[in-house]
Amino acid sequence: MLYRLRRKISGTTVFMWIIGLGILAMVVVGSAQTLASGRYPSDQWLVLTIYGVAQGSVYALIALGYTMVYGILRMINFAHSEVFMSGPFIGYYVATALDEAGFLDRQPVIGLGIVLLAAMATSTTIAVLLERIAYRPLRRAPRLVPLITAIGASFFLQYTFRGLFGSGVKGYPEIDQLKGYWLIPGTQFGVLKTQGVVIVAAVIMLVGLYLFVQRTKTGKSLQAVSEDKDIAALMGIDVDRAIVITFIIGGALAGAAGVLYALLFRQVNFFMGFFPGIKAFTAAVLGGIGNVVGAMLGGLFLGIAESLFPNLVLDGLGIPAPYQLKDALAFILLVVVLIFRPTGILGERLAAKKA
Amino acid sequence: MKKTFALLALLVLVSTMALACAPKAKFQCTDKIGCVDIGPNEPIRIAYSMVVSGGDASLGTDTKRGVEIAIEDRKGELLGHKIEFFGEDDLCNAEGGQTAAQKLSADPKLLAVIGTNCSSAARPAIPIYCKAGIAMVSPSNTAPDLTDPNRPAEYFCYLRSCHNDKVQGARMAEFAWEKGFKRAATCHDGSIYADQLQQVFAERFKELGGEITAQEAVGPDDTDMKPMLTRVAATKPEFFYYPIFIKAGGQITKQAKEVPGMENVQLAGADGIFSPDFLRAAGDAALGMLWSSPDFSAFAGGYQEFLAKHEAKYGEKPLAPFHAHAYDAANMIFAAIEKVAVKDPDGTLHIGRQALIDALFATKDFKGLTGNLTCNPYGDCADPKIAVYQCVNADPDSWNPGADPDSNPKKIWP
Repeated sequence: MLYRLRRKISGTTVFMWIIGLGILAMVVVGSAQTLASGRYPSDQWLVLTIYGVAQGSVYALIALGYTMVYGILRMINFAHSEVFMSGPFIGYYVATALDEAGFLDRQPVIGLGIVLLAAMATSTTIAVLLERIAYRPLRRAPRLVPLITAIGASFFLQYTFRGLFGSGVKGYPEIDQLKGYWLIPGTQFGVLKTQGVVIVAAVIMLVGLYLFVQRTKTGKSLQAVSEDKDIAALMGIDVDRAIVITFIIGGALAGAAGVLYALLFRQVNFFMGFFPGIKAFTAAVLGGIGNVVGAMLGGLFLGIAESLFPNLVLDGLGIPAPYQLKDALAFILLVVVLIFRPTGILGERLAAKKA
Repeated sequence: MKKTFALLALLVLVSTMALACAPKAKFQCTDKIGCVDIGPNEPIRIAYSMVVSGGDASLGTDTKRGVEIAIEDRKGELLGHKIEFFGEDDLCNAEGGQTAAQKLSADPKLLAVIGTNCSSAARPAIPIYCKAGIAMVSPSNTAPDLTDPNRPAEYFCYLRSCHNDKVQGARMAEFAWEKGFKRAATCHDGSIYADQLQQVFAERFKELGGEITAQEAVGPDDTDMKPMLTRVAATKPEFFYYPIFIKAGGQITKQAKEVPGMENVQLAGADGIFSPDFLRAAGDAALGMLWSSPDFSAFAGGYQEFLAKHEAKYGEKPLAPFHAHAYDAANMIFAAIEKVAVKDPDGTLHIGRQALIDALFATKDFKGLTGNLTCNPYGDCADPKIAVYQCVNADPDSWNPGADPDSNPKKIWP
């Protein structure tokens, strides 16, 4: 028994565990010191968490695109960040036109719906074209080939948008009804209305997607294809159709995420997909790539970590200007999670199935 | 047949020898680094290394146009040779600056480089140009350490025609103190420019008796500034100085209005976001915001003509504050070339590289658009006059600094 345990735990594992525990200890000590100093009121932590949830739900929506494509094709679709960028970019032109006509302020719900639909349509179209033109011909090729193609497609899309619409930063119009706060009862802090809308919209989409995948026939066919393409085909499932549906869902969610992102930050730029894309990919790995619920959890975790932890952990350790290090901190946490759970938070079931 | 060939060979040999021995004052290059020879029909090559794409493209486009107008003012010619102006996009970061420098410095006929725009791009680029003996004049690097008396010897070819941030940061601090602000916070983006500028501001503000409540930092591509701003708000500042670039600067400006405790804090930036593109990025939130920038009303008389030429050539107002500095940088280089070039009767030019650099450093009382330029031994040539401007209209199309006292942005100090 002891012998078997010893054989399973190699020197590297022990070393990684020591690193992981060291980082965890740093997190605990930092947080304890910050909280003990009492410099920040408890309301402030709540507000920071809400900022994190808003940002995290956008990550989660993008991460779903990565994770679903990985689940079904076993490839990382690196062009997904450009699918995300294309939606709000076209949405920007629709929104500006609506705003100039005054429609966006008079009918914010319908107006926002139109922008959302335009963005989702654009992103979906691009995702489906990507699949058809760049990935389908390579489906039987070695795994590295579609990966490189994805990176190429990503550059192609980025610079096409730059060529078409210029390289400057464009400001999204602001909706009058979404200015200001909703007050949290019992505190003096409020939730920004834009953040409220983003969180609610994201939750609706996440729940909808979960139900779709788990309960509907099409959703079950996606699961079947992701488990084994060949057997699914033998069972009479149209594999091509399932893959296209996956890209459609991923694209639509990315387009929606893009509009939510634009609502929060009111800026679009041809390069805007890159960093959220990397973060969302991280979130997908964090949650266990290929796992839908995992991507949601990973996104939320990453968003909250970015917003809360620099202030909570690094401040206590006496590091000045902690928000400069928020990306570093987020990726350190990814390392910790992967040390203790190499398959991600919810990755185990999937790993067992695929093994 | 064989005889004819031998005769011909002899003839060729004799004529070459005769040519070689012809009495002619041949130019002897005695320059320490070497000389550039420009043949009778060859152009004089001057390059730019500027940021002409991405979020900060306005900065590079603005300075590039300044140089183009300077070339046009000379009808594109110098000492009877055409001026060829070309260059590289350096993306406003260290990697881009280095790549551009490696590519440009491989050109054996390149005499001088105008650039970079961003101090971060300058730092790795300067030693590369200096090693190649290429003179470098920046129209908009303002970080203090580039022309510090203790700067490394490998910076010997570098000068700048714009102000040093030791002046800009201090002037903003003096303004804030004079207007009754007692508590200030700062934020930088990790770039050399922003970090050093906010540091100068903070030191001067403390010297005057004010309190610096927080010195924060973000990443240049960050979008969610609210957590950082929440932290700043907890220290209750009255004045918030973030001398960074357009993308992150736009986000901070917008989100500051949304974070409790920051709504009434006076926001202020510097010359890096003094651009209509910043108004595009920040939107209505920019209203009331302050900038430190070169004082356009203190520029020399020729500036109004320059603006007219700019408007006629490009159909718009200057996009950033450094077009005039770029114009001056180009003219400084042209004057130095005229001073040191040796011209052969057939029109060939010989220019010593060290001589050109020395001539640039010897620039004294040079009448430029931005004032009288005199270079110190460390490469600071500007005649710095800094003003504080305020945004009175968030519409980017209204951007017209320095036209008259009421234009947008409006000069409010001194």
